[in-house]
Amino acid sequence: MNRMMKASLKSIAGVLLGLTLALIVCHFAGESPWKVLKVLFQSSFGSGYDFGMTLFYAAPLFLTGLAVSIPIRAGLFNVGGEGQLLIGALAAAYAGVVGKNIASPVAAVLFATAFAFVAGGIWGLIPGILKAKRGSHEVITTIMMNFIAAGLSSYVTLYLIKDPESSQAETMLLPEAFHLKPFEKFAGAPMGWLIFVLIALVFVIHYWMWNSVRGYELKAVGENEKAAETYGISKQSAWMFAMFMAGGMAGLVGVVEVLGNAHRFKLGFSADYGFVGIAVALLARGNILGIIPSALLFGILQKGSASLDLETDKVTRDLSYIIQGLIILGVVAEGLFEWRKKAKNA
Amino acid sequence: MNIFKYRPLVMVSSVFLGMLLTDARAELKVGLVLEKSGKDDKSFNASAYQGLKRAEKELGVMTKTVEAPDNSAYESLQRAFAEKKFDLIVAIGFHQLEAVKKNAERFPDQKFLLVDEDAKKPNVRSVMFEEHEGSYLVGALAAMHAPSGKVGFIGGMDVPLIRRFQMGYEAGVKKVNPKAQLIVNYLGVTGEAWNNPPKAKEQALDQFQRGADVIYVAAGNSGMGVFDAAEAKKKLAIGVDSNQNWIKPGYVLSSMMKRVDDSVFETVKMMKDGKFTPGLVRVGLKSKGVDYALDQHNDKLVTADDRKKLEAIRADIISGKIKVPDYYISMKKK
Repeated sequence: MNRMMKASLKSIAGVLLGLTLALIVCHFAGESPWKVLKVLFQSSFGSGYDFGMTLFYAAPLFLTGLAVSIPIRAGLFNVGGEGQLLIGALAAAYAGVVGKNIASPVAAVLFATAFAFVAGGIWGLIPGILKAKRGSHEVITTIMMNFIAAGLSSYVTLYLIKDPESSQAETMLLPEAFHLKPFEKFAGAPMGWLIFVLIALVFVIHYWMWNSVRGYELKAVGENEKAAETYGISKQSAWMFAMFMAGGMAGLVGVVEVLGNAHRFKLGFSADYGFVGIAVALLARGNILGIIPSALLFGILQKGSASLDLETDKVTRDLSYIIQGLIILGVVAEGLFEWRKKAKNA
Repeated sequence: MNIFKYRPLVMVSSVFLGMLLTDARAELKVGLVLEKSGKDDKSFNASAYQGLKRAEKELGVMTKTVEAPDNSAYESLQRAFAEKKFDLIVAIGFHQLEAVKKNAERFPDQKFLLVDEDAKKPNVRSVMFEEHEGSYLVGALAAMHAPSGKVGFIGGMDVPLIRRFQMGYEAGVKKVNPKAQLIVNYLGVTGEAWNNPPKAKEQALDQFQRGADVIYVAAGNSGMGVFDAAEAKKKLAIGVDSNQNWIKPGYVLSSMMKRVDDSVFETVKMMKDGKFTPGLVRVGLKSKGVDYALDQHNDKLVTADDRKKLEAIRADIISGKIKVPDYYISMKKK
């Protein structure tokens, strides 16, 4: 627990460092730092709608954050979240086509969720198998899978399940039973009970990681492959399992977007959730529960970026990306202090 | 001493004067929501931005421009403008359709202008361009400048809108030279396709290598790479959306302009005159909503003879003698 506290303190210090640097940048850009902070705060929490939108931006990041954090425990770096979520979302949209006769909303949502999870999982499993059986580096293969996913989703959207009424690149509208209802309080922001389910999911994964045999095996392989193998743990199976779970998590973004928001698959819907998920996991320092505040922070910055354009004269949406970059630098730079401490002690 | 005596009066009157001034300036407020690629794309969004700036200068309206960071942000941005009581919200690009529909229902008294899609709402003016007509014209022009009989087309993302450009272009090429051969490339399947000049340059060099004399590029910012390639190979390119002739003078044969700037300007003017009309407006060659660009940069490239032929084709399209194939219609038939 003490170690966890220390780790989270370091993350918070990193965030503050990054934020301070960013506000100094604002000052030199000729915009009051306080105003920028106020704009960011108000655009995220100012009204029910704003808060709902912040949660809507954060929700996919819970999942893509998990998609990076789970394999990190097994010693793998999953850069394929973007492709996995595309395939998951596509599968959710496809589930609506296949299961258009399902009348019960509960059955429909579960059906589409299973589709999204399994499809994303398989997309993650492929690099997992390549790593386990052939030793291919997962960073290379997951990046390549991203491109294949982009091509495949574009093909399926434009030629297989395209909405014939629309001149845009989007699939057919899902039947009513597949639509998730948002909260009235959010006044139009597409987010409802799902956000609690996702938070619960993060807790479940955390519990599973620390209290199950599978979770233990993953961590053992991640800490020391050779030692784990000596104990009879198969690193191949741990890797494949970790990548399947990671892909499945990213695939569930399809539930947030397709069932919760657009009710169809639209090309280009993702605000780079797969890649921002890497930053989310980095900020959480591999700690699974840490994903919750970390994803929320990035949700705030994404929501706020548009408002910076709107509310200020001197800074634009790009400042939000500068802040994101500086925060990551702030968190990573923390390693520098440790290194200096070690150098001093030696 | 006297100054202090009159201070309240000075303050009150200056505040009053200030109010008058700001009131006059803020008579009409127009909010512009641009796509991700933003006002510096030298193409579609840039055209909208220029139209708004012209309105600001000539009509004295107050304007504010925002660029969406992602495709989910359109709704919040339009909504923020509506809540700030802007008189007109201009939404650029087909990605904004759903957002405009929702906001038009939520704010029934708010006026919107949507470009490139039809919102079908009573408070929205929708403008759609007949891109295939303009593309037909530049296709004919391309064929006139392709002695080898080979012309190229480079599209950004493979979406129906760009297929519409391609189909019109191909028909125009075939009109002038029925035996002409068309080489087609698309840059990609992600949004990156609109912003990838190096890849566009590679594809253009390849097309020139295979014998193309002219390449028409409809790929947003990626088009810059095609202009570079045309200069390197001393061949010709055709730009899109804005007038892009100035980018590489002598190597840009012409540009297929979508006059988004005119549409934005006209709509703001209508607002100012209190004559805003909602509903779908289709603008094509007839209303000069699309056209090929002719200016000092391509004056020498497009000969008097070319112009005469193009004007004849234009007249035939307007009179209906030439039917330009429309991808949207052919797609719906499938």
